Amino acid sequence: MSSYSIQSQNLSKLFGRRLIFKDVNFNWTEKGIFGISGPNGSGKSTLVKIVAGLIAPSSGKIIHKNSTVEIIPEKLHNHIGFVSPYLVLYEEFSAWENLKIFAKIRGVDFNEEKVIYYLTQFLLENRKNDLVKTYSSGMKQRLKFIFALMHSPEVLIFDEPTSNLDEEGKKVVYDIVREEGKHRIVIIASNEIKDLELCSEILLLEKFK
Amino acid sequence: MIAESYALFKKDFHSELRTRYAINSLAMFIIVAISVILFSIGNETITESLTAGLFWVVIFFTAMSGLSRAFVSEEERGTTLTLQLIASPTTVFSGKLIFNLILVFCMNLVIALLYSALFEKFVVQNFPLFLLTFILGNIGLAVASTIIAAIIAKAGAKGTLYPVLSFPILLPLILTCVQLTLFSFDGTSFEEAQFELAIVVGYDVIMFTASYMLFDFIWKD
Repeated sequence: MSSYSIQSQNLSKLFGRRLIFKDVNFNWTEKGIFGISGPNGSGKSTLVKIVAGLIAPSSGKIIHKNSTVEIIPEKLHNHIGFVSPYLVLYEEFSAWENLKIFAKIRGVDFNEEKVIYYLTQFLLENRKNDLVKTYSSGMKQRLKFIFALMHSPEVLIFDEPTSNLDEEGKKVVYDIVREEGKHRIVIIASNEIKDLELCSEILLLEKFK
Repeated sequence: MIAESYALFKKDFHSELRTRYAINSLAMFIIVAISVILFSIGNETITESLTAGLFWVVIFFTAMSGLSRAFVSEEERGTTLTLQLIASPTTVFSGKLIFNLILVFCMNLVIALLYSALFEKFVVQNFPLFLLTFILGNIGLAVASTIIAAIIAKAGAKGTLYPVLSFPILLPLILTCVQLTLFSFDGTSFEEAQFELAIVVGYDVIMFTASYMLFDFIWKD
């Protein structure tokens, strides 16, 4: 897991004629917590989506490697755990059903013990059988962390990880981020000073205009 | 890949049972369309060719009212990103295609049963030919509808765009299926219907191959 690397080569993104960022280069080869920061509209979410393979860059390349083997885009989702406020889970299912469905669609075993551990960590164990539509925005945000962690990906991408969370929720998230940063690459896109304090390296997007 | 696609189909199936996104609109459309046709016919007896044409017209418009839900519902609920994070494009397309195939078969079976009960000239002489036309037509309809649904899901005016984009793509299939249905009504043999059958088989194969090749580009922005 520690030999995973992400390399960005002259990454640029335009929406129509509007330049979001250009020539972003980084090479994250070590496990750790990496930050992406910048003012509103600087392209933090766009960059993490490109890193996760969800959208394509206008130019440049993002390379994910496991040891020396480059990961093909078709399989990239298996290596990524993603949390963001704009991620929506299936509201007509319970938290438990959601997580079980995700495991089956991913083609991985549904490890009940692990899921219960995370549900307890994120203070959702007693509400696991309730439909997600009955959850508060903070509870939905915590559930997204379990969604990101349950398949033990090599890369964790957290876009605005503490949005909608109360102090208790933030503490749980920070503990998890610190712990996961010891074993894998964790990327945090945020403007929150407390979120960025966890990072060993911060990419400032306003420099890439 | 098959197990993952089946899991995605099961998710859609259970989701459909809880939300009734597509089933209700399909059922209502079938009832309304057939009722309107019956009222407009009155006591007149319509010809076999008109019956075959109206049969596929109802099938086409029913498909237009419900089959886009496969992708549109994901886009409207904002769960497209979630799907992109848990499955490969091939898995997503296969899962959605299985769901639409089953929906199309169920929906068209109901339409065929209602037609055979309510329309005097809906009498099939060559049942194997009708069955083959029905199966091949449904496969073509499901594949084309699924890929078009994926294309229009991100567009603004989805409701208008879906039938507009589907019409030229589905026209060769619908016209050939109308002809084959007419052949099955008047008892034409398989040998005589060979050319039309080859068109439908060719259509299905082309749509199936093109859809899998194109979906990767459609799915990712």
